[in-house]
Amino acid sequence: MMHWQVIVPLLFFLIIIFGIGIWANKQVRTSNSFLQEYFLGGREMGGFILAMTMMATYGSASSFIGGPGVAYNVGLGWVLLAMAQLPAGYFVLMVLGKKFAIVSRRIEAITLIDFLKKRYDSNIVIIISAISIIVFLFASMTAQWVGGARLIESLTGLNYTTALLVFAATVLIYVVIGGFRAVALTDALQGSVMIIGTVILLIGTVIAGGGIDNIMQNLVAENPNFVTPFGVDGSLTPLYVSTFWILIGLGVIGLPQIAVRAMSYKNSKSLHRAILIGTIGIGTIMFGMHLIGVFARPVLPGIEVADTVMPLLTLQVLPPLLAGIVLAAPMAAIMSTVNALLIMVSSTVVKDIYLNFINPKASETQIKQRSFWVTTIIGMAVVVFALNPPEFLIWLNLFAFGGLESAFLWSVVFGLYWKKANKYGAISSMLVGITMYISIDRLSPHIFGMHTVTLPILVSLVVFIVVSLVMNKVKKIEDYHF
Amino acid sequence: MQDKRFKIAHREALIGVALVVINFAIWYGFAYGLGSGDPLEYTYVLGFPAWFFYSCIAGTIFMIILIWITMTLFFKGVPFDDEEDEKL
Repeated sequence: MMHWQVIVPLLFFLIIIFGIGIWANKQVRTSNSFLQEYFLGGREMGGFILAMTMMATYGSASSFIGGPGVAYNVGLGWVLLAMAQLPAGYFVLMVLGKKFAIVSRRIEAITLIDFLKKRYDSNIVIIISAISIIVFLFASMTAQWVGGARLIESLTGLNYTTALLVFAATVLIYVVIGGFRAVALTDALQGSVMIIGTVILLIGTVIAGGGIDNIMQNLVAENPNFVTPFGVDGSLTPLYVSTFWILIGLGVIGLPQIAVRAMSYKNSKSLHRAILIGTIGIGTIMFGMHLIGVFARPVLPGIEVADTVMPLLTLQVLPPLLAGIVLAAPMAAIMSTVNALLIMVSSTVVKDIYLNFINPKASETQIKQRSFWVTTIIGMAVVVFALNPPEFLIWLNLFAFGGLESAFLWSVVFGLYWKKANKYGAISSMLVGITMYISIDRLSPHIFGMHTVTLPILVSLVVFIVVSLVMNKVKKIEDYHF
Repeated sequence: MQDKRFKIAHREALIGVALVVINFAIWYGFAYGLGSGDPLEYTYVLGFPAWFFYSCIAGTIFMIILIWITMTLFFKGVPFDDEEDEKL
């Protein structure tokens, strides 16, 4: 079954994205500092682009496909939970903010690991960081890749393998040739599509449901618990939902793909504008998409597979052309996450591993070639994994989130703001964080009624402080000032 | 010597923490303060249950306005490059 009215806007969207990739490639070829250009876009992002790239990198398949599906089955309680993501719009940029921008320029850091390397002066920190970035972001990329292919599959009627190859080819080409600049600029387009798509679909759904009053009455008639903060089965306790503030709000500072964006903007004014625009954008998308999921219930009852709620609803409530635009939104969300992860993993391999350990004296031409090849090979490898798709999209995605946050949050925050922080604290807190996160996830994910990430973050905080202070006494390490 | 730009940066980071605390208090307070009763007895505002309206809609709009005000009043522009700093 081919929906041409949906495919045409999608194709149009892809053509623009390719155009951006080709234009960015020109900048890459003419730039006099390849690494800074390819992996940070020359630190030239303005406010709007910074806001959009933060939001689009953060908003992924789970915001547009998985999240609304869960909201459909759980009710307004899931929208409440999703709103814990609002701080991701302002908190990250305010806390990393100006200090990170100034420091990373001073030490000429291109990647998050560059910063950690300079701050903690430890190869172990580099290796743990590089491994966790590669492993967790690879997992997360695979999940997004699968989501993208499934979406194309359901929209176009292509089989899964073909859909996957189409998706992979598209993303790979513009990321490989255009680097970070292509990623950020396409994010600006993709982010705008995400916001516009959310608003259109929300309006369409309210109209199709006969107004908000009517929708609420239908929900209450089916089960009054749909309109409580506790979820339909009462399982969303205040404690559990509150701990999501750590995972999807505050801990976002520890996500390397987000943190690296706080190095890449032009000036203070860009930062200020990005905070406001980004918060409005994230608020609109997270509120809108999850509310749409809840509203979909009376409009389109009886959907069995949660991940199909959003695409089915769109085709049901919107006229063809609008449906095409709205369905470009999850596509945009997935692509804009995948492209950021791809360039992130590639920069880790090239800058943090190759240039640190394998060939520190690599020439500009060698670096260029390696960067293009590494990006291509990583992209291909993800495709191979995605051919045999793992089942739980959200789970995989959140697993990567929590793991990276447990590893990086405190090393970054204390590295910036606490002069007594040292490598012993950083290493032990990273190891404790990751090990605890994985063991709790395996053994008892809802330990003490909290989200998996809560304890690892708290314990690695304590470990960081205690170990840093103790080692300071033992080794007389000098305080570090930037 | 402590870079004077860092003093500004530190203050703004603390403002970020304060905003999150306010954000969380509004979100939690309205959601569980107004939403804990019997759902059949909920009051509604503009079609939404009151807890949801205040916690997720009005609270979010309030936060956006608050962020805008804090930034115009308290956030300062600083140069990022060290060379530019000397011109100050």
